[in-house]
Amino acid sequence: MEKFKIENLDLYYGNFQALKNINLNLEANKITAFIGPSGCGKSTLLKSLNRMNDLVEGCSITGNVLLDGEDIYGDMDVNHLRKRVGMVFQKANPFPMSIYDNIAFGPRTHGVRGKARLNEIVEKSLRDAAIWDEVKDRLKKSALGLSGGQQQRLCIARALAVDPEVILLDEPTSALDPISTSKIEDLLLSLKNNYTIIIVTHNMQQAGRVSDKTAFFLLGEVVEFDDTLKIFNNPSERRTEDYITGRFG
Amino acid sequence: MEKKNTIESSELVDINSIQAINRRSVRQRLREYKKSPLSLVLFLFVILAAVVTFAVLLFLIGYILVKGIPNLSLDLFSWNYSTENQSMMPALISTIFMTLLSLIIAVPLGIGAAIYLVEYARRGNKIVGAVRMAAETLSGVPSIVYGLFGMLFFVTTLHWGYSLLAGAFTLAIMILPLVMRTTEEALLAVPDMLREGSFGLGAGKLRTVFKIVLPSAVPGILAGVILAIGRIVGETAALIYTSGTVAAVPKTPMSSARTLAVHMYALTDNGLYMEQAYATAVVLLIVVLVINFLSAVLAKRVAAKSIER
Repeated sequence: MEKFKIENLDLYYGNFQALKNINLNLEANKITAFIGPSGCGKSTLLKSLNRMNDLVEGCSITGNVLLDGEDIYGDMDVNHLRKRVGMVFQKANPFPMSIYDNIAFGPRTHGVRGKARLNEIVEKSLRDAAIWDEVKDRLKKSALGLSGGQQQRLCIARALAVDPEVILLDEPTSALDPISTSKIEDLLLSLKNNYTIIIVTHNMQQAGRVSDKTAFFLLGEVVEFDDTLKIFNNPSERRTEDYITGRFG
Repeated sequence: MEKKNTIESSELVDINSIQAINRRSVRQRLREYKKSPLSLVLFLFVILAAVVTFAVLLFLIGYILVKGIPNLSLDLFSWNYSTENQSMMPALISTIFMTLLSLIIAVPLGIGAAIYLVEYARRGNKIVGAVRMAAETLSGVPSIVYGLFGMLFFVTTLHWGYSLLAGAFTLAIMILPLVMRTTEEALLAVPDMLREGSFGLGAGKLRTVFKIVLPSAVPGILAGVILAIGRIVGETAALIYTSGTVAAVPKTPMSSARTLAVHMYALTDNGLYMEQAYATAVVLLIVVLVINFLSAVLAKRVAAKSIER
């Protein structure tokens, strides 16, 4: 079943066309990886899926992006869209408040009151993000005291706390050490049964390890989109093969 | 707050007992300076500059304390001012009222304007440029000009007369650019990734600004408010012709009142009450120190709170 349907999407930053005629169907409960060299538009496309590009001045988008058949650039409330489509950023960005309040910020934003209910959400989100055991005794302490890897898992927990349907991850492990990276990869695999996950990554091994589907981007275009196994073992495009074998990029 | 660096005393090393190869002796340093005399000159200059700056400050404070403390007496703190007893109590109370009133007027406006400029106005907006330039210009205007404006507008045109209120409004206009600019800087210093994080969770603009951005900016904003308090407490020129020089505890906001700084000016003006002026200077100094200390403590607590909560 498809979660996101992207049709004829063009995106411009001012006069510069960053994305050219993108057509993709992203399936539910799968992990889709976007790979490609820097500046190929993969992060830009990711940010178009929860309208974070709205914050970028001079950004214009044409085409259609449908979430469960509903046009996200239509009448849909942006804040509600972002509740349904959560995002984890390249650099962990915990708020300068306690671990508890970091997680509770999202639910509070969407009207969850009541201590018992919030406690429940905080614990569940932290457990799902596989960080509960590390922080359960210091929930009231500042989130800024956590290590980089913990902070990123906290950010994933924070995204889970608003009960999203889709999670977008923009190079979530690029600033982390291998151990933290593998923790996050395991986490993504355990989350995919309940969420649709889209991850941008520079790390091709990572795409190979975690994703079911892979889209290869080059100069604002999708060169190839297929099962990850197919892309890595038997790509149909020469350019995909060159990139994957490390001949450029 | 977490105590990370608690080291057992048994683990501590006597630093002087080891021969560290990365620390140079004075003789070694001198030898290096011989090779580049200019470095030595600059090194001596910056040390001298630091010493002179500190010495001037120390001398000033010491001078005021030496001259003022012997003249402090309980009589100077009696409720009423008279020609026999130049009590500073009314001025002390007026200073507090004046400071609070001016801040109540200027701080919400300044913070609001800064939030608009940083968070709401589009980049490159012409209004933003104009407001910023106006603020820069206003902060360079001598305070006597504010005083003149205050007298013509608040005192005369609005018929408020010499009053606490006229003085407070005049000072509020004077500190407005300061509060706005410091708040702006504090808001700009909040990393965009925090805003993105908040928007990414589906929080709206208002919630992002008030729950995420403002709490992070509080220490910077408070620093601006402290500077503003300093200007209010030390101001004379803008007040003499707006709030007047009546040395009585103000009964209403429409009463004329003199602040400590104006009080000092009045005492020294005719040269009759120099001792009392020095005593007042001591109190003014203490007031400023206390305000700075309290604000610093407050800023720290607010910062800690915004992290803890």
